Formats: sequence, C-alpha cells, structure tokens
Amino acid sequence: MALVESSTEGHRSTPLIRWIKSILKTLGTLAITMLGLLFVTFIIGRVMPIDPVLAIVGERASQSTYDAVYQQLGLDKPLLVQFGHYLWNVLHGDFGNSLLNARPVSEDIARVFPATLELATLGVLIGIFLGVPLGVIAAVKRGAWIDQVARVVALVGYSMPIFWLGLMGLLVFYGILGWVGGPGRLDIFYEDLVPIRTGLILVDSAIARDWDVFRNALSHIILPAALLGYYSLAYISRMTRSFMLEQLSAEYVITARVKGLSERQVIWRHAFKNIRVQLITVIALSYANLLEGSVLTEIIFSWPGIGSYITTALLSADMNAVLGGTVVIGLIFICLNIFSDLLYRFFDPRSK
Amino acid sequence: MNAFNRLLAGAALGLALAVTSTSAMAETPPNMLVIANRIDDITTLDPAESFEFAGSDVSRNVYQKLVNFDPLDLDAGYQPDVAESWDVSEDGKSITFKIREGLTFHSGNPVTAEDVQFSLRRAIVLNKTPAFILTQLGFTPENVEQTIVADGNTLTITTDKSYATSFVLNCLTATIGGIVEKKTVMEHDKDGDLGNEWLKTNTAGSGAYSLVSWKPNESVTLKSNPDFYLGAPAMERVVVRHVQESASQRLLLERGDIDVARNLNPEDVAGVSSVAGVKILGELKGRLMYVALNQKHPELSKPQVRQAFKYLVDYEGMRDSFLKGQYTIHQNFLPQTYLGASDENPFSFNVEKAKALLDEAGVSGLEIEVGVREAQERIEIAQALQYALGQVGITMNITVGTAKQILARYRARELDVYLGEWGPDYPDPQTNAGTFAYNPDNSDGANATGLLAWRNSWDTGGLTEKTAAAAVENDTVKRADMYNEIQAEFRETSPFVVMFQQIEQSALRENVSNFSTGQAITSASYWQVTK
Amino acid sequence: MSDMTLRQWLLTDEPTSRRHARLASFYKGWLTLRSNSMAMVGLAILVALILTAIFAPIIAPHDPFVQDLSSRLLPIGAEEHLLGTDSLGRDILSRLIYGARITLYIVALVALIAPVAGLLVGTVAGYAGGWVDVILMRITDIFLAFPRLVLALAFVAALGAGIENAVLAISLTAWPPYARMARAETLTIRSTDYINAIRLQGAGPLRIITRHIWPLCISSLIVRVTLDMAGIILAAAGLGFLGLGAQPPSPEWGAMISEGRRFILDHWWVATVPGLAIFTVSLAFNLLGDGLRDALDPKDGGQ
Repeated sequence: MALVESSTEGHRSTPLIRWIKSILKTLGTLAITMLGLLFVTFIIGRVMPIDPVLAIVGERASQSTYDAVYQQLGLDKPLLVQFGHYLWNVLHGDFGNSLLNARPVSEDIARVFPATLELATLGVLIGIFLGVPLGVIAAVKRGAWIDQVARVVALVGYSMPIFWLGLMGLLVFYGILGWVGGPGRLDIFYEDLVPIRTGLILVDSAIARDWDVFRNALSHIILPAALLGYYSLAYISRMTRSFMLEQLSAEYVITARVKGLSERQVIWRHAFKNIRVQLITVIALSYANLLEGSVLTEIIFSWPGIGSYITTALLSADMNAVLGGTVVIGLIFICLNIFSDLLYRFFDPRSK
Repeated sequence: MNAFNRLLAGAALGLALAVTSTSAMAETPPNMLVIANRIDDITTLDPAESFEFAGSDVSRNVYQKLVNFDPLDLDAGYQPDVAESWDVSEDGKSITFKIREGLTFHSGNPVTAEDVQFSLRRAIVLNKTPAFILTQLGFTPENVEQTIVADGNTLTITTDKSYATSFVLNCLTATIGGIVEKKTVMEHDKDGDLGNEWLKTNTAGSGAYSLVSWKPNESVTLKSNPDFYLGAPAMERVVVRHVQESASQRLLLERGDIDVARNLNPEDVAGVSSVAGVKILGELKGRLMYVALNQKHPELSKPQVRQAFKYLVDYEGMRDSFLKGQYTIHQNFLPQTYLGASDENPFSFNVEKAKALLDEAGVSGLEIEVGVREAQERIEIAQALQYALGQVGITMNITVGTAKQILARYRARELDVYLGEWGPDYPDPQTNAGTFAYNPDNSDGANATGLLAWRNSWDTGGLTEKTAAAAVENDTVKRADMYNEIQAEFRETSPFVVMFQQIEQSALRENVSNFSTGQAITSASYWQVTK
Repeated sequence: MSDMTLRQWLLTDEPTSRRHARLASFYKGWLTLRSNSMAMVGLAILVALILTAIFAPIIAPHDPFVQDLSSRLLPIGAEEHLLGTDSLGRDILSRLIYGARITLYIVALVALIAPVAGLLVGTVAGYAGGWVDVILMRITDIFLAFPRLVLALAFVAALGAGIENAVLAISLTAWPPYARMARAETLTIRSTDYINAIRLQGAGPLRIITRHIWPLCISSLIVRVTLDMAGIILAAAGLGFLGLGAQPPSPEWGAMISEGRRFILDHWWVATVPGLAIFTVSLAFNLLGDGLRDALDPKDGGQ
C-alpha cells in the first residue's frame, strides 16, 4: 500500500494507476475487516461459558476422557497461539472440522449455504419485482390512495414478527389449505432424486429436467420465500418511493415535462434511470440482510440453511462451525457492500 | 366459548374438512418408513462414542450386539443375538459367549469372534464418553488383552469382581456393545484412531439396516440389509427427518407426508388423536424428571428443607395439565419396569406441611437460583415450582440456558437447585443407583462429575456401600429387595425430588404396525415394522 | 411580544433568540406531523402504551404471575379472562399489560445506548479524520459485517440470558449504522464556514463536537431511532422467542409467543395475542417514524 501511496504523492497519476490503487485499497480494507471479524468471533467463542469439551463428550464422561479431548482441541495453548493456528488454516481454505459432528466445516457450509442462497435469492426477487413498481407508483401518485396502501403494506411488513407470521402462514397455507409444501426443502421421497450440481434444488432439478422434483421444491420454497420477499418488498418499495420523489421534484423532470414528453417517458426514461444506482445499493443491502437474517424463518420452516446452522452451532459451542459460518456471511456482506460502492463510484458523476 | 370464537373455530373446521376431503392425501411409499424426530443431538455414529438418543436409534438398527432385545417382546429382557449362548464361570467373573454361525456384515464378510473382540477392546481403548459402561466392570485399556479374548468361535470376558450376570449382560446391550467389522474399520484407521474418525460418519455393521446418509440436523437415511439373519426387513428404506417444531410434525403427519411423529407435545397429541388415520403409541421410557438441591447451600442442606421441597411439587396438577399423557408420577430413582423399581409415591402437594417443616428448620426469606435448560416443559415445571415456593416465602429465580451452559455449572457444583432429566445408560438398576445413591468421595477434589450425588455435594449417608453391595449380588430376588430398601431410605433423606417418569408418545399413521421406540430399556428399532 | 399569541410567536419568521428559533422550528415540525393522521395514530398508540405501562397494577384485572392449572388455555372471551389464559392458567391480558413495561424498558435502554454510542464514534471519527477515522470506521465495518442476530446470540450466550444482556446485545448490533450516519453528517458540517468561525474563536474539538456538531446530527438521528425501534422490539422478541431474552416468569411478549407457539394449532390465541401486541407497537413506531421523517427530512417530505 505504501508504494501506491507514494506514487500518487508527486506525480499526476494515470487513470490506470488510480484504478489499481483503488482496487488495492479496497482489497486492503477487505482483508483488515475480515481479520477483525475473525478475531472478534474467535474471542467471543473463547469467552463463552459453554465448554466446547463438555459439548463434545457429554455429561457422563469421565475426567480422563474430558482431559484427552481438551488437549486434542489445543485448548491448553495460549489464546493467541490458538488464533494464529486457526488463521493459518483458514488461509489455506481449511475451516477445521465441526467439533460436534467431526465433518469438515467447509463441507457443511457447502451443503447449507445453497439452501439459504436459494431462499434469499427468490425472496429478494419477489421483493424487487413487487417492491420497485409499487415504490415508483407510490411516488408518482403521491398522497393518492395507492400511496397510502403502499405505505401501509410496507409499514406492516416492517412491523410483523416474522416467527409469528411464519407459523401462521404454515398453519393456514400448508395445514388447512394444503396449497404449499410443508417444512423442509422437499418431500422426503423426492430427496436425493436429482444429482447435486449447484445445491440449489430448483436449478438442479431444472438441469436434470425432473419437473416433479422442481414442482415439489417450488411448493416448499414458495411460502418462506414469499415471507422474506414481503420484508424485502417493504424496504425496497419505501426506498424506491423516497428516491423517486427526490428525482421527480428535480428541475430536469420539470423541463422534460415542459418539453412535452409523455408522463411515462418522464418517469421511466429519466427519473427511474437516475435512481438505478441508489436502488442497486438498496437491493444489495436487502439481499445481504436476507442472507444473514433469515435465522428465524429457517427455524420455523425446518430450512437447513446457514442461519440455523450457525445458531445451532453457537448454542452447542461448536466454535469452528460458528467461525466458518460467520466468515462466509461476513465475506458476502462485505463483498456486496464493496460491489455497490464500486457501482456507485462508476455511475454517480458526483463521486468522480 | 363466545360467539366469535365459535364462528372462527367453525370456519377453520369447515375449511379443514373441505380441503382434506377434496385434495388428494399424500402418502409415503409402502416399503418406506418416514419418521419426524429431533435429531440435532447426533454428534457421531461410532458405537464406541455415540451417546445421544437419536444416535442410539441409528446404532440399534445398524449394529448387532452380543445380546439384544426383541422389539416385539421387550419384557423378556436380553436375548441371544450375535452370541448364540453363554456360560458363566464358577467364580462368576468370566462369561464365555458362543458366536452365532452364518452372520455377515454389510460388506459380505462373516461376523467372527475376532470382530467382537476387536469391537469391545476398541471401545475401551478409545475411552470415549460411554466407555464407563464397560470400564466400571474392571476393563482398562491396559488389561483388555487378557480380559477380552477370542478363541475360535467363542469370546470370553473377565470382570474384576463377580458382578450379577444380568448387570454385565445388560451393560452389553447398550450402544457401546455394538459389533463393528474389524477389517473395514482398520482400513480407515488414521493415526491409530482405530477408525474413530471414519466411523463417526460411516457404518460397518451387520444389523438390519445400513447407513445411506447422515446430514447433520437434516436427516438420517437407512437402507435395509436383505441378508439380515432374522429376515429382510419390510421397510426397505427408513428416513428420519429432523423437524424441530411439534406443530410442524403434526401437520406433516396429518397430511400423510410422514408415518411417525415422535415429538408431539400433549396439546398436539390431543389434537391429532381425533384425526382419522392417526393413532397414538404411548411407551414408558426410562427418563426421570427431578429437582436436585445442592447440599453446599447452608439452608438447602437442612433435612426439613429437603423434605419441604418434596411437598411443594404439584405432582397431580402438572401431570394432569401441561404434562398430560407424557409423564407419570414417580418418586424413586429406578424407573418403572426396572429390576427393583418401586411404585411407592408418598409425597403429594401440601403447602401447609411444607410451611410447618420450614418453620421447624427456621428458614425464612430464602432466595435461591434454579438452573433449567431451554426445554418448554421443564421451564413450565420450574415456573410451577417457583409459584409454589413463593407461597411459602422462598424466592426462586429461574435461569434458563442451553443444555451445555446449565450442565457446566451443575457439574461444577455451582447451582443452588437444578431441574432436569436423567435417563438410564443401560437397562440395569446399577445405572441409576450408581449415580443417585453412590458417592464414595464427596470432596471437591474428587471431581466425580459423572455422579449426581457428587454434583449436589451429597454424602449419601451409607447408601454408597449398600449400592456397591447390590451390584455384586447374584440372587435376583435378593438384589431387587436391596434396591427397594435403598430407595425407601433415599426417598426420605436424599436432596433429590424425583417427580415424574416420561411416557414417550409417538403418533403414527394407522397403517404402521409394530413400531417401537424401545420403551425404558433400549432405543427405536425399525426391522419389525410393517405397513 | 405582548400583542402576539403564543402561536404567532412560535410561527414567526424573525426569531428573537436562539431558543426562540429552535422552539419555532420545533413547532413547525409538530404542525407538519400533526397533519399526518397516520403518524398521529402511531403517537396515540405509543402514548397509550406508556400509560398502560405506568398504570399496569391498576389496569390489569389479575396478578400476571398467579397460576391456576385447572383453568389453563381458556379461550378469548372466557369469563374473568378477556384474552384467555396461558399454559399455566395465567391471565394473558394481565401479562400483556405488565409486558408493556418490559417492552418500554428495552426500547428506552436501547434507544439510549445505541445512538449515543454511534454518535460518539461517528462524530469523533468524522471530526478527527486521519488514522482515528480509519480505525474507528474499520471497527464499525467489522460489526456491520457481522450477522446481526448471530452477534446478539453470541453475546447473550456469552454473558448469560437475561433482559439486560439482551438489551446490551441488541445495542451492540444496532450502533454501527448510527456511527456511519453521524460520521457522514460530521464530514459535511466540519468544513462549513460556521464551524470554521467557531474554531477561529478558539473553541476546542471537544466543545465543537458536543456543542455544535451533536445538535445538528440529532434530528436525523431521532428519525432513524424511531424507525429502528420496531426492529429493536422485533429483535428483543426474537431473542425472547429463542429463550435468550427475559427469563420466566417475566411476561415479555416474545417469550410469550415462544411459550404459546406450542399450542398454535389448537389454542392459537396464546401466541397470537402477544404477536399482535408486538405488531401494534412496532407499527406505531413505524408510523410515527415515517411521519417524523416527512416532517424533519426535507429530502422526502419537502413541501
């Protein structure tokens, strides 16, 4: 980094150097943040009063069994040594084995993460396709009944306890009406029918052209995805409305209107075009929130995703699993942030 | 019920009827058994290490043992399995098993005495959590070469004392007695771990089923072994799926997406029992719900206070309300159906009597802490107890934590009061007597964290010796009497308020027959199930 | 001033003192807010909530802790128990009323801790700049990148379950956005002529931050806090739902849902009633926050 800094001191930097500098700086930031994230998680894991040894050996173990596992985990070494050791392994792509089920954490994450990814992606898509138009319309018809409806829909979405809504949804649409599939990703006899390529069942079954599995998977995912989609809709529609209002009161919109452009052209060609970048930032944020924040939904729908994975691991002191899961989610969050940051810099004239 | 409520209930019912009568009912395939259960406790499938309920279910169906239980006749006690017969030596210390001919592992290799010798030695040498079940009989990693010996098609084990034969054989029916295939396991030996790492997630057995997959917190899938010596199981595939919520399990069952729901709460059992096509199976399990008072506490160690607590539990009120159908009142440390079990339940809810006892002890304005893990029925029992204690002027603060958090403090003798469950490790009275009423060294330094008596700092006042004597008594009737006597004294003097014994209620689709979760003595088995 | 009504005085275009100006702008904001009927509904609900919490012992028909195992799970509208009873036969309405106290307690504490912490970090980082800024913002980023519920869970698991720890945990996850916001505002304020003038007069950084920058950040902070309140209530309820919030027999609403969810199929009201309570209060905060934003934030609500 120092090298790059000095190169900009005296000389006028070319765009290429500026670009490289920006990339390096971003990567540096990323690395530092990740390191901090790891360290904080590691410390939390070590100060927790849950004894990982006890978590492994159970309550009936003899003292000699206990001691053996204690040493095996390297808990007798100083904290910093343990952290260094862990860091070294992570840098080599090894998150260690789950303390509880002895499997490689990376394998576990590869299994649970696609489940969350599938759910969150579908959720955010629902949020975008309903939330953006709703927000635009609400802004255009500011104060009209549609605006009020949009406001109420969004605020209700913000205010609903998701675990309660989830339970109720399951009861009504699965239990009573039977319109959707129950908890889990598939009915049990559809499991293991299609080869796993991406881990996203909808995609895998489509590749395999097994439409029965596809339909079944869809019937299972639709309710939790709709639930998450509602939350993302609430956020996206409110933000869209706010951005659009800002644009619609801008001078160029008034000019465009005066020039006789149709209302549709004004809204979509001009105003909407200008909020794209801001909107992408909001969507990225919403997506990140769904990826990390669907713990309760996953629990209620028995969805084997990363949220419930981390929670279970946390409650049973499986620190390797918690660290691995947190790093993955943190990385995604940071990457999405940087991605929207770059977009912003790229498109927004003011930040140039 | 007011009008609004009736209306809503009517509407819901109407909807439910309309939908269930029109939409096609899902049904599981006829050769497949689908079970909803909580399986997040599985940490390993290695029989030498596995010690959790859901893990034991898997082991019972994958691994054979020297002696085993017949799921269709559990009352008969242990029966020949891999061992065709056995002889006990004159001094009562050695048992020689004759290994059954013609058994094969899932790999196709025959089951030999050497495999049995390997399996038992391995369990002791690995010294994992459940190893104490075997090492309490005098086996050590150092002496297994002499004490567990295969010879041709026989295997001889030699214990350090002449324990009751039933005690020794009952220990061998535990999960740790599972027979693994030496060849396959040693092929996966890593740094001398005797294949432990590999067996955690794979199986090498000779039982009715073999493992297809175990996805932690998701599912366990088993496929049948067509060469099983008792005949090929009717259920060719068994899937146990992890479903946390009782309500979800009930919905799955009602819609026919699963055959068995194992974790319904009393309200859901009541709700589902009126649904057509569903039946309820109640089996008395070995788990006891108890309250323990730490004897380090100056007030809780007074005899009258210990007594008073036993009168402050609303046994009947709880049994008939939120525990309905799933717990029965039981005030002794040996569960019903065990040798020496007692059905004496002398204590009942009596606030006046408790008050008098507390006055006698001069206790007032006491404030204590109870540790409970986050299981709903335990939290409710704790709240009921808290309320009753409040009526006699004792403030009891509830601390809810994860199982591991609470347990760590309990083991460190830090909790004033602990409220929780205890399940027997093997179907012999020694398993509970040896922890509730046995505490040879009550000092902090002893660190006997496995003994409940020690965890509560209770010097058993002579019960330790009596318990040790009962374990080596070979006359069954006499042995039962000894346990009865121990329990009579225990009821009155101990700081343990044993309250309930668990009844496991499974809800099944009507076409499922012969399903059993193993009652108080063993785990669930699937090979006898038909649909 | 004697010939002016209070209203005129407040609406004047020529404030006579700094206090006058502040009061006047506050009053104008209030007028905008008052014209927003939905925000007023939100405010009314919150006032009702506060009154309920204060007068809980008077309003509640029963002691929220008295158990009666023989009359458990009574339905809504049962005699003596308007909203029915829970699994231990306790009156749900009374528990709900006492639960309002816990909800307010959580909200008040988090609203005190998180924004203040965020404000402190953000303004210091923004004003000081340089390596202080870099370090503080990296720390903020780290906490921001954490899965929120996981962080809260970890924290509660580390310190033990309980309402104070739940509050701390939620605050811990809630402060970073405030820090970012405060920093952004500080950056724009820092280089204004007005601050430069004060600096020339010899004011130290501490004085500038506390006396001049903080007050300017307050209004956007208030809007943000109000809008976040719903999230905080839901997070607290989520912790309660997972058994990591308030400890039994405390009638915390999230814990009540958690207790009641077991009966969701046959006795739906046990979980639904506290669910509706949480929903109502969160909605009230959102309505008010939305109105406040319209009133205070010129970007969105400019007339």
